[in-house]
Amino acid sequence: MRIEAIGCEPLQLRRVHLENSRSLEVYRRNGGYEAIKKVLDSMSPDDVINEVKKSALRGRGGAGFPTGLKWSFVPKDSPKPKYVVCNADESEPGTFKDRYLMERDPHMLIEGMLIAAYALDAKVNYIYTRGEYKYLIDIMDVALAEARAAGLIGQKILGKDFACEIHTHTGAGAYICGEETALLSSLEGNRGHPRMKPPFPAVSGLYACPTVVNNVETLTAVPDIIKMGGEAYQKLGTEKSGGTKLWSVSGHVNKPGVYELPMGYDDMEKFIMEDCGGIPNGRTLKAVIPGGSSVYIMRADDIIGKDVRMDYEGLVAAGSSVGSGGFIVMDETVDVFESTKNLTEFYKHESCGWCTPCREGTDWLVKVFKRIENGGGRIDDPQLLLDLCDNIEGKSFCPLGDAASWPIQSAVKRFPEDFKKRLL
Amino acid sequence: MSQVIQIQPLSQPVQMPLEAAVFSAEVEAEIDRHLAKYPVKRSAILPLMFIVQRERGYLDPPGVLYLANRLALRITDIWEVATFYSMIQTNPVGKYHIQICKTLSCKILGEPKITEHVCNKLAIQPGETTPDGRFTVSLVECLGSCGTAPMFQINFDYHENLTPEKVDQILDSLP
Repeated sequence: MRIEAIGCEPLQLRRVHLENSRSLEVYRRNGGYEAIKKVLDSMSPDDVINEVKKSALRGRGGAGFPTGLKWSFVPKDSPKPKYVVCNADESEPGTFKDRYLMERDPHMLIEGMLIAAYALDAKVNYIYTRGEYKYLIDIMDVALAEARAAGLIGQKILGKDFACEIHTHTGAGAYICGEETALLSSLEGNRGHPRMKPPFPAVSGLYACPTVVNNVETLTAVPDIIKMGGEAYQKLGTEKSGGTKLWSVSGHVNKPGVYELPMGYDDMEKFIMEDCGGIPNGRTLKAVIPGGSSVYIMRADDIIGKDVRMDYEGLVAAGSSVGSGGFIVMDETVDVFESTKNLTEFYKHESCGWCTPCREGTDWLVKVFKRIENGGGRIDDPQLLLDLCDNIEGKSFCPLGDAASWPIQSAVKRFPEDFKKRLL
Repeated sequence: MSQVIQIQPLSQPVQMPLEAAVFSAEVEAEIDRHLAKYPVKRSAILPLMFIVQRERGYLDPPGVLYLANRLALRITDIWEVATFYSMIQTNPVGKYHIQICKTLSCKILGEPKITEHVCNKLAIQPGETTPDGRFTVSLVECLGSCGTAPMFQINFDYHENLTPEKVDQILDSLP
């Protein structure tokens, strides 16, 4: 599996191939903890938030919400403690970038969290990691102990009047806990049920205190934004999608891996056919899910010769979205009916059961898929699937319902032939 | 439709013991370290469940009672959380829990072949445990290892880029 930058100097992946890359020493020797020093020496919390705003950094977990804006929602005058929570619950099918960031460069995440904690005046902060990534929690604990011993965590950080604690926390196998309010419920020791928004976590999050939840890749972008300046970071990408983005490439490609691309990389066909080594065994491309299982599936015809730009706007224009950057490539041997059934089973399993449209809807969807698979497909089943999705999308308590609907809606509309051949 | 559907109870009633589980001083100290991370005790519920599982094989009723006492919660609060999370085992599992990822990237890159091979080798189906209690096989959702598919996790260890030969090697080398 490859881990490399294409079309830009490696930024987030700068240190991943160095020997001992997870040690504090190597991190420091390669520019580490310079950003937090710069922040403590010369920047106010507002300066930090402004740099992040200028960087046009958007949340890398999937929703793509502007990070600086999210930070600015935290009320400064609140007497309550504030929290920064890192969302390392990476569970979106097709996504595995955060894993390598934490495995290879854990101090970059710690530095990003320190800067966020300084900007938001958060004293105690948590890294919520999915339970299956236990080895990453162990790696983070070692890195945190190293940082503490070096005076980078705790009281009087770098000799300044800045105190910050960072703790690891484990999930236990629930996809829904990647949704930020469900994550907070889980971190409070409850079932991972999402909460009503508003109030947004920035106002009432962890323990009903102002909280910012950011993805690993978002927080690890922050040290570079501080070092190079928000504007320079933004210019690596496009006007509205600043910086670089990690793409987790899997499925039918010769060179799967984690690729760092500048936002606005041109174009997707070149990325698949050249950078990722093309499709194995001389087969042809059939479909791509570019942003994790929750986004619209794309046909090869909408990619080949279409100059699809790889950024938030480019992918929306091409009929999908960046999501988490979980890039799943499928060749001609894949039956999109089957791939969609596979994902629908995922959403059924991961629905938290809190709201009726999602809990019942995903179950019904799977039942329809199974009936079709077992030879009982009826001519109006594609419409039935769309009707069911219509009753889930936008009507569920949290975005999991939407995420379950979009793959089906796009598959039924874009690959009708794979459904029709199974119908009576 | 004349088919009669029998409604099964969601779970079996559990007989709660009177005595809570007891742990060594080292484990108690580890538990204290987790509790110290949070302003609210209840937040430590998942880390503590993993410790109980590690020490007792699974989250058994005496373990549940221990957690209720330790966290000052009701027994139902513990069960409520335990039954939500797929990694919390409220029933015994084998010494080696083989969790095969069945989600899309693994699926299209050979998961069915790996599952078949594992099941044939151990002579059990997904969801079952070998009679000697050594192996449990489960099919699970995406484990974040799509670039190195197909894969499975044995307890907490990732095994990636699997082939039937590699599966043999891994399973045969387990102590």
